[in-house]
Amino acid sequence: MFKTILHHRASSCEDCTKLCCTKVEHFSVSFGDVEILRDVNMHVHCGQLTALIGPNGAGKSTLLRSILGAVPHTGELHYVDAKGQHTGHPLIGYVPQYLSFDVSAPVSVMDLFMAALSRRPVWFFSSHHLRARVRDDLARVRSEYLIDRRLGALSGGELQRVLLALALDPMPDLLLLDEPVSGVDHNGLELFYDILSELREKEDMAIILISHDLPLMARHADQVVLLDHHVVTSGDPQEVFSDPRTRAIFGAVI
Amino acid sequence: MGDMLHYEFMQNAFIAVLLVTPLFGLLSTMVVSNKMAFFADSLGHGAFTGIAVGAIVGLVSPRVSLAIFSVAFAVAITWIKTHSRASTDTVIGVFSSTAIAIGLMIMSHGGGFNKYSSFLIGDILAITKSDIVALAVVFVAVVLIWGVLFNRLLILSINAPFAMSRGISTFWVECAFASLVAVVVSISIEWVGILIINSLLVLPAAAARNVTNDVKSYTIVSVLIAMASGVAGLTIAYESDMAAGATIVTCAAVMFFVTMIMRARFIK
Repeated sequence: MFKTILHHRASSCEDCTKLCCTKVEHFSVSFGDVEILRDVNMHVHCGQLTALIGPNGAGKSTLLRSILGAVPHTGELHYVDAKGQHTGHPLIGYVPQYLSFDVSAPVSVMDLFMAALSRRPVWFFSSHHLRARVRDDLARVRSEYLIDRRLGALSGGELQRVLLALALDPMPDLLLLDEPVSGVDHNGLELFYDILSELREKEDMAIILISHDLPLMARHADQVVLLDHHVVTSGDPQEVFSDPRTRAIFGAVI
Repeated sequence: MGDMLHYEFMQNAFIAVLLVTPLFGLLSTMVVSNKMAFFADSLGHGAFTGIAVGAIVGLVSPRVSLAIFSVAFAVAITWIKTHSRASTDTVIGVFSSTAIAIGLMIMSHGGGFNKYSSFLIGDILAITKSDIVALAVVFVAVVLIWGVLFNRLLILSINAPFAMSRGISTFWVECAFASLVAVVVSISIEWVGILIINSLLVLPAAAARNVTNDVKSYTIVSVLIAMASGVAGLTIAYESDMAAGATIVTCAAVMFFVTMIMRARFIK
């Protein structure tokens, strides 16, 4: 709790140099002649949840993927850790939209973890040596019981938690979540945000989350960025949601 | 069946089947998971042109030039599909049609197409002792590379941006996989035949998916189905005097339909 308060105060500070933070500077992305992102600047502090909102096709997913390095872009990503020493590329965890996951293949949760965590080919070697670690990873998202399930047999919420557990091993500096809860039922939703809050506090992690659930973001986010090909406005939830430009896009939110 | 192994050409054919079908079983798991059935089909077409080009260039042995051409063809498709905005379907379609057209132009030059027609349906009895040595080398190489490549390919098949977040280079992994498939296609096209080679890259895994829930059993069942189809197909083809490649593929297709019926019992 103390950490959260500390970082809330920190967020008001414009300069990043003495704090753990990730800076997105002048990000632009074009596909051919189509400009998807134009000069996007964001500061994301550790221990904070930044909600990325915006209309469909605003470039939210593209921004996450370009931060990841999966989309060619101009501009730079800077990371500074709490001691101000480690500068360079942060370790990034990524949770894609689970709807974009191909779960038709015969792959178990354990297989997925082994493929991501080990160099030994899953089809040949036993996964025994990794089991304890994977169990711990899954325990973090309260899903140990899913370890031997087939991916295709998981519910939306379960798959989302498994993907989150995977994104947290190794523990990243920056966690990117692309609409993590679309299509997840109410209980799954609550559990997911509980886990996120816990992470934010315990692991002091910076989280960027794309969401269409604005009331929920008003409750959980520390910072909201309204994106429509460029940053329209950003700030704390109250500020952004009462902004006339937000209202023009989404109607009255809170 | 013991009878057929009296002949040396049948012994060779038998060993070749046992060496190559497991490779099809392995590779097909990721061809199917990565939705590359159409790509695998185009590799057969690429190999067709490779044979024709090899015949006119004739710098090295036809088989080596075929393998080189097929790998270049596979890498070119992968490169264009990564760097162009056209859909994967379209890119593969364009390459595939171009390859088959150029191959036909070269082969039909001067009315000499007939000497190539054996490539269409394949001839397993043409396998010699030295071919088997080459197959054994390819077998070991492919299995080793598959050990290095597999985990990355598996993650890529599930979600590409997620794979990139784990430091996996989509392009290089796809290139390596495409080249591996191209090599296996080019060493077996002579006896399986261009018309049906694609089926061997799809059917074993498609059947295995019907009855398995995890990666190990998926791989093992796919390899076993490929090998069983190979042995059964070769035997039936010998007994009934039919094209071996086609008979093997038909056996694999039967396996697919049988597993499809059993699906509900196995899938958790």
